[in-house]
Amino acid sequence: MTSQVDINKVTVVALVENEPGVLNRIASLFRRRAFNIDSLTVGRTHKPHISRMTIRVVAGPEYARKIATNLQKLVNVIDVRVLDNEPHVERDLALIKVRNDDANSRNTITEICDRYPARIVDIGPKVAIIEMVGTEEILEEFIDEVRPTGIVEMIRTGVVSMGRGTRIHDTNFTRRDLAKIQDELSAGGNGNVI
Amino acid sequence: MKLTGSEIIMECLLQEGVHVMFGYPGGAILPTYDAMTKYEDRLHHVLVRHEQGASHMADGYARATGEVGVCIATSGPGATNLVTGLATAMMDSSPILAITGQVPIPAIGSDAFQETDVTGVTLPITKHNYLVTDVRDLAYTMKEAFHIARTGRPGPVLVDVPKDVQLAQTEFEYPEGEIVLPGYHPPSSADESEVSAALRLIEEAERPIILAGHGIMMSGAMRELRELSERAQIPVTLTLLGKGGMPEDHPLVIGMMGMHGEASANLAIQEADLLIALGMRFDDRVTGNLKTYALNARKIHIDIDRSEINKNVKADVGIAGDLKTVLTQMLPKLKQKSHPEWIGRIRDWLEDSSERDILNYETPDRLLTAQVINDIWKQTQGEAITVTDVGQHQMLEAQYYPHQRPATLLTSGGLGTMGFGFPAAIGAKFGKPDEEVWAIVGDGGFQMTLCEMATAAQENVNVNIAIINNFFLGMVRQWQELFYEKRYEATPLFNPDFCKLADAYRIPNRRVTRREEIADAVQFARDIDGPTLIEFVVEKEEMVYPMVPAGADLHDMKRRPKPGEGL
Repeated sequence: MTSQVDINKVTVVALVENEPGVLNRIASLFRRRAFNIDSLTVGRTHKPHISRMTIRVVAGPEYARKIATNLQKLVNVIDVRVLDNEPHVERDLALIKVRNDDANSRNTITEICDRYPARIVDIGPKVAIIEMVGTEEILEEFIDEVRPTGIVEMIRTGVVSMGRGTRIHDTNFTRRDLAKIQDELSAGGNGNVI
Repeated sequence: MKLTGSEIIMECLLQEGVHVMFGYPGGAILPTYDAMTKYEDRLHHVLVRHEQGASHMADGYARATGEVGVCIATSGPGATNLVTGLATAMMDSSPILAITGQVPIPAIGSDAFQETDVTGVTLPITKHNYLVTDVRDLAYTMKEAFHIARTGRPGPVLVDVPKDVQLAQTEFEYPEGEIVLPGYHPPSSADESEVSAALRLIEEAERPIILAGHGIMMSGAMRELRELSERAQIPVTLTLLGKGGMPEDHPLVIGMMGMHGEASANLAIQEADLLIALGMRFDDRVTGNLKTYALNARKIHIDIDRSEINKNVKADVGIAGDLKTVLTQMLPKLKQKSHPEWIGRIRDWLEDSSERDILNYETPDRLLTAQVINDIWKQTQGEAITVTDVGQHQMLEAQYYPHQRPATLLTSGGLGTMGFGFPAAIGAKFGKPDEEVWAIVGDGGFQMTLCEMATAAQENVNVNIAIINNFFLGMVRQWQELFYEKRYEATPLFNPDFCKLADAYRIPNRRVTRREEIADAVQFARDIDGPTLIEFVVEKEEMVYPMVPAGADLHDMKRRPKPGEGL
């Protein structure tokens, strides 16, 4: 089975302030330093003022360090970690629309989906949508298997990663909601800004 | 008491100890200019003639004082004119705060008159920037901006303030206490293990050399550097921006390194078995070809910016920290050492260099830039703050005006910004009114920002302008001579009569064409309390040596010719 996964990929996880323009700052940094992004995902954490990014970059470990130290320089970036050197869980999600217009392809697809953590989430007379979740490697394998039946549309979320065990990548930082704090101040609040 | 956003900006500047700002008014910043009238007695506004001048003046002020320099401009073209100055400050880690007006919030994104996405444009050339969308955030943002500009590795910060935010009112209270930012923690001290690893390398070294950069002065580690060098008998070479970090007449200082550095310094780097790089970043103008750079040496690299370590040159011991703090950790455990053989070797190289000194040439019929600069040095007892532009005169200043004190050579090193010198000198004079300030500029660069002669005259700033006029873009011409078979495309200059130009601005002036006139002209300038201009008409096709061609090995220098070999 051929796999398109490049072994020279590094995974960087960053906690960032959920503020306007932060994604732009990070994208600009990658462009400016000519770091080549393979995938970048961003989403809220359990703290709404903090977002978490998983950035996959085609690069060697030397490069990963450069990326991490440059990211850390951005004022809105709270913490950065390169995950490759520690045990971690990573997941990528794909929605794949495939041809489904004869009994043969229908059987093939059902058979492939049975062997993978994949499920058919929408089905019609001509096409079906498969949802597949897994590591990047397994996704690539799965896609290679499905490809001969005829992929007509595909989207992937990009990899999200989390370190295993008790090394928690989080922050106690609570957002200074300036306008709100000013309101409290003028109402005779305690003036504790942070 | 309720204040407008504009008044809050003024109050914040006062809280941060600002007394002078450099700027240019316009529609979107008018409310702030209107507020200035109430603060005139405490906050002096210097009206420039082009916003680029304002950004360089703020930069010159910052470099001369170590304090944050402030410039101010309107939206759109006003703000984009600051861009070159911001990029210059970014490359040389100079703390400046730029305040720009922006179109009112409802108009943002509508391509309104004089609207530019200023935070977008300046994102890669500022340390950080802000668009303030609520007047209640303004005071905190200003405090944060000053904090970010001056701490860690300093740099420019821009605060973009929409017109309606300047006009809106809120209760003003300057936030008290330390700024705490979740993602901003400049490193300070080193781990004990790092300190002992560095000390071990120093102890083992037989041919060590210190590479001292701008960080020495930014961190205030001049005394610590000197102690390190003297106690372990380690010679010191300086980067262009590191000049002043250690007195240049100190016997262990062996000159500037790099493309136009002294042969002694470059050869010593290539032969050394240990580089101790302090507050410098191994710029390509310093290293030459990285593949052959200091191959015999182990490297200790100490810098406040972690991303500089292992960026260009791999460090055996890399320490992210504040230089003064880290050196203070190291010094108590540093053993006395001596390297007589190594230092003797460097002495030989130095002697060979001094034979080739341009000052040894007899040139009765023409004026050489090195002579002009060295004579200015003599006349000013080496005590002036010199602010240079970019090019041949800049490199010759570095070679022929030794600096004894920190922050007395101000120059655009990283970005190499022509037009920087003269406005930066004005800013430096505002920062250091009791010091003698000379702008040493070329005929090309001066013409990029000469409109600031009006600013100098209007403010009666005591800045002396020395134009080194060779009717060429000299450094580009030098490259054309060496690498483009003397095809002088676009480098010969048609110049105005600089003295008449100075007359037009009512600036006293002199023209010098012979060496014996230099001393008198320099004294003439020094005696006048206000701006002066001296035009030095120098040899047209001078060369700056030593020179390491771009990308060549550091030891592969074109040396100064020996007397008799011709220039």
